[in-house]
Amino acid sequence: MAELFTLPVLFGIIYSGIRLATPYLYASIGESFSQASGVLNLGVDGIMLMGAYTGFYVGMTSGSLWLGLLAAAITGLLMGLLMAVISVTLKAEQGISGIGLQLFGLGLSTLLFKLTMGGAISISGFPPVRIPLLGNIPYIGEAFFNHNLLVYFAYLLVPIANFVLNKTTLGLKIRAAGQNPQAADTLGVNITLIRYLTVSMGGLMAGIAGASLSIALINLFQENITSGMGFIAVALVYFGGWKPTGVLLGSLLFSFVNAFQLWIQVKGINIPSDFAVMMPYVLTIFALAFAVKRVSAPAALTKIFERGEN
Amino acid sequence: MKKGSMLVSLLVIVFTLLLSACGSTPEQPVEIEVTRIVAGTPEVIMITPTPEVVEAKPFRVAIVMPSSITDAAFSQSMYEGLLAVQEEMGGPEKMEIAYSEGMFNVPDAASAVRDYASQGFDLVIAHGSQYGSSLQQIAPEFPETSFAWGTSLDTFQADGITNVFAYQAEAQEGGYALGVLAAFMSKSGIMGVCGPVEAGDAKLYVDGFVTGATVQNPNATVQKTYTGSFSDVALMASAAETHIQAGADMLTGSSQSVVGAIGIAKDNGAYWFGTQWDQTALAPETVVASQVYDWTGVIKDMIASRQAGVLGNKSYTLTFKNGGLVIQYNPGIDVPADAKAAVDAAIAGIMDGTIDPLKGPVQ
Amino acid sequence: MQEKHNAKELLNKTFDALLPLLAVPLALIIGALLLLIFKVNPLTAYWSLLQGAFGSVSGLTQTIVKATPLLLVGLGVCIAFRGGIINIGGEGQLIVGALAATAIAVGFPNLPRMIILPLTFLGAILAGGVWGGIPGILKSRLGVNEILSTVMMNAIALQLSNYLLRGPLIDPAEIERGTQIAQSALLPKAVWLTKLVPQTLLHSGAIIALVMAVLVYIFLWRTSIGYRIRAVGLNPDAAKYAGIPVQFYQALSLMLGGAFAGLAGAVEVTGVSHRMLEGLSAGYGFSGIVAALFGKLHPLGSIPASILFGGFLVGGRSMQRAVQVPSALIDTILGLTVLFVVSADIWSSYRARRRLSNG
Repeated sequence: MAELFTLPVLFGIIYSGIRLATPYLYASIGESFSQASGVLNLGVDGIMLMGAYTGFYVGMTSGSLWLGLLAAAITGLLMGLLMAVISVTLKAEQGISGIGLQLFGLGLSTLLFKLTMGGAISISGFPPVRIPLLGNIPYIGEAFFNHNLLVYFAYLLVPIANFVLNKTTLGLKIRAAGQNPQAADTLGVNITLIRYLTVSMGGLMAGIAGASLSIALINLFQENITSGMGFIAVALVYFGGWKPTGVLLGSLLFSFVNAFQLWIQVKGINIPSDFAVMMPYVLTIFALAFAVKRVSAPAALTKIFERGEN
Repeated sequence: MKKGSMLVSLLVIVFTLLLSACGSTPEQPVEIEVTRIVAGTPEVIMITPTPEVVEAKPFRVAIVMPSSITDAAFSQSMYEGLLAVQEEMGGPEKMEIAYSEGMFNVPDAASAVRDYASQGFDLVIAHGSQYGSSLQQIAPEFPETSFAWGTSLDTFQADGITNVFAYQAEAQEGGYALGVLAAFMSKSGIMGVCGPVEAGDAKLYVDGFVTGATVQNPNATVQKTYTGSFSDVALMASAAETHIQAGADMLTGSSQSVVGAIGIAKDNGAYWFGTQWDQTALAPETVVASQVYDWTGVIKDMIASRQAGVLGNKSYTLTFKNGGLVIQYNPGIDVPADAKAAVDAAIAGIMDGTIDPLKGPVQ
Repeated sequence: MQEKHNAKELLNKTFDALLPLLAVPLALIIGALLLLIFKVNPLTAYWSLLQGAFGSVSGLTQTIVKATPLLLVGLGVCIAFRGGIINIGGEGQLIVGALAATAIAVGFPNLPRMIILPLTFLGAILAGGVWGGIPGILKSRLGVNEILSTVMMNAIALQLSNYLLRGPLIDPAEIERGTQIAQSALLPKAVWLTKLVPQTLLHSGAIIALVMAVLVYIFLWRTSIGYRIRAVGLNPDAAKYAGIPVQFYQALSLMLGGAFAGLAGAVEVTGVSHRMLEGLSAGYGFSGIVAALFGKLHPLGSIPASILFGGFLVGGRSMQRAVQVPSALIDTILGLTVLFVVSADIWSSYRARRRLSNG
């Protein structure tokens, strides 16, 4: 047990945790916006898969990772738009639309993968960028300041998202759409427009989340590469109480515990691997139940907006 | 308006009923002409279809797999084996291959197996050890059909079943050889193993690898992780990352999810050792060598046996000795000659029985 | 007069429920384009889908076998949804139900059928209930959102199953043979559900599911507990105002949802596989939600919906075999179908509203 409490292990956990949390951050922050405006999108996983595929394929064939990223973002945006059409305009039940979207994304990304690539191959993804000075501090530099650009962006996104959601009129409108759409509507907020905006942006971010896997973290595409990460991302939004900082906390907790359990196994600590793998899930529930201050959900979450009712 | 839509829906319902009512008659099982070819020794079998067989309908093989034909692992190894045999036999006119992939749910797989059997396929392969108990129930219902499953050696002979072949790979043999190679090439003396679930073929491979590595270098450290899933690519990638953080410079692992780990190995300049299928194409600068399951010998013998009138009751093991296991080096990576020599010595030792791949050299 | 009005309303309602299904052909048309990309004749493909699902005794029975767990999970989804809870933990609840059923059946191999069979089912229902009840209690006592906890509980159940199937529950024969396949021993014949049609998989679990559907209908619409659950789901604020302990009924509905998924697990092991296996739940936790919502979250509506969806799954597999397309293509068409059907829902609610304003 003692060999777990050493500096290399500690900073190793931090390094891996920071990387692991990256896709969750993109996806969960995007989902926070869409949920804050009242739309639950359970299809994040399907969007991530489509983003991961297009990001990889375009990146590989064009030779430009940035083009790949752009393609993933656009794909995500389109998938988000699809979700918005279904859940906002056609007023479909949100939970089931999301499950449909997930199936669709899983199926289509696998299909395209088989049609265009046939089998998995790896590419060189975004390389790590060592931040000058800070990156040279022993241990700390390696753990915090030697990541690829998509990792840094994910963390930069937290304050930006926080600012947009809490300090701008747009943020106010988004929250109003999620709390009391009828009242907001009478005050002249275009609920439909707001929800279209948040759900498509959520899709865009989920697309980038997928690309962060396929062109920055794992650097290849394989069918169902997310294996359910999108659902965890949705769960983390609840953990974070619809706040980007809360989502950051949740993603980090989940990822650090995951990194920790891998270290337990690497160091040969004698517990069954199944229980080690369980740890992040159990601890996330426990943390939310006992340690984190809980906020109530946006009042209109999952509720269809009907104009002129109430 | 309402009447109109009612009518439409009625039509749809009637149409659906009609469609389902005019079902076709159940298909007759296809009788294949049995020609007398005496099966050779299990090690090397050459098949030359006799003219009678050429005149007859193609030999029909169906395979049901848990993952996909492009998984770079277990399922792909068997599918490519079938393709190779098909090529050798003279293309799709001589041998028909049908497959069902993604059948991780056993009852689904069982109905696929049953369906293929009732469609008159000659040989139906249930490519997953989890399918065994279903096969045990299905095989007696189709006494004319040959079945095969693996990894296992149980042909259910004890139940009086005679139309089931079984096959398995001595995964630990290649594990041992690659362990020797990895320990030879490792500078840090630390190796990482990325396992899926601690059971079956994967566990055998991992145990063999650990034995080989520690015999080659008694001071070597072999770290093991299991992700609890055969398909979680992302967690597998993190596991590889953790191994590298902990000092490993040689990595290996089993299952279709290792593609994630290979990507990470490549990014960090670590080397990778593959199993089940030649994984070189995934990362040509990273994969040193792979243990490849070559099922062609097994497939050919099953076909030959069936054509000779033996529908099952034979089990096969892929080993170095019978050529079913092959260490495939990546030509793009320079492996020191003495390392190769050590691997060859290990393989020779395993073949002549002086090395037990799970325990080390036999005293 | 009253009766006639009721009959008309029932007809209207049935029609509304069926209306979204008219969107299925739309999804199939897009699917046809995908099939053309794979150089497959869509008509042949869809014909094999229909044939595979409903065109033969074997296909039809497989469809019903597939529909059985979907219906049971779907009934749980109905109850939870009526209580205002989205239960996406069906997957985990089904797995622990199957594990509990297996442990009990394997643990008491010599008990007579009359005792062991109910015991097995009871154990599964309890285990599923606990697995749904934990998120339920976490929600009511500690305010933990059920989507978060059920997603996590799914993953935990999967690892628990991994552990048990390699350790305490592993088939002793697997250890003996050294094959170590992660599966339980064969369950004693005393708990095998009766085969309804010989030479097929059809088992009496289908009858259990049908009876349960009726019971759930009675429970939700004819008992006071059911009434309260629905009141809580319809409008929690009003329910609270009316003195209904909202949180209790939310937790209860989630627990009942889990119990039904657990029952589905027991039916799968005692009716189909006769032992616990890895990958036993083929996404039933999610497909069950779809089936329930196709059935308008009505227990009786879930019956045809599960059969339709089960037929789609079975037919999809046989389509894969018949025209040899990747299984992902079937997932894609399935996803499209779900999306089109939920989207078409707007027309039936539009009709319902128009009726309301006319009447």
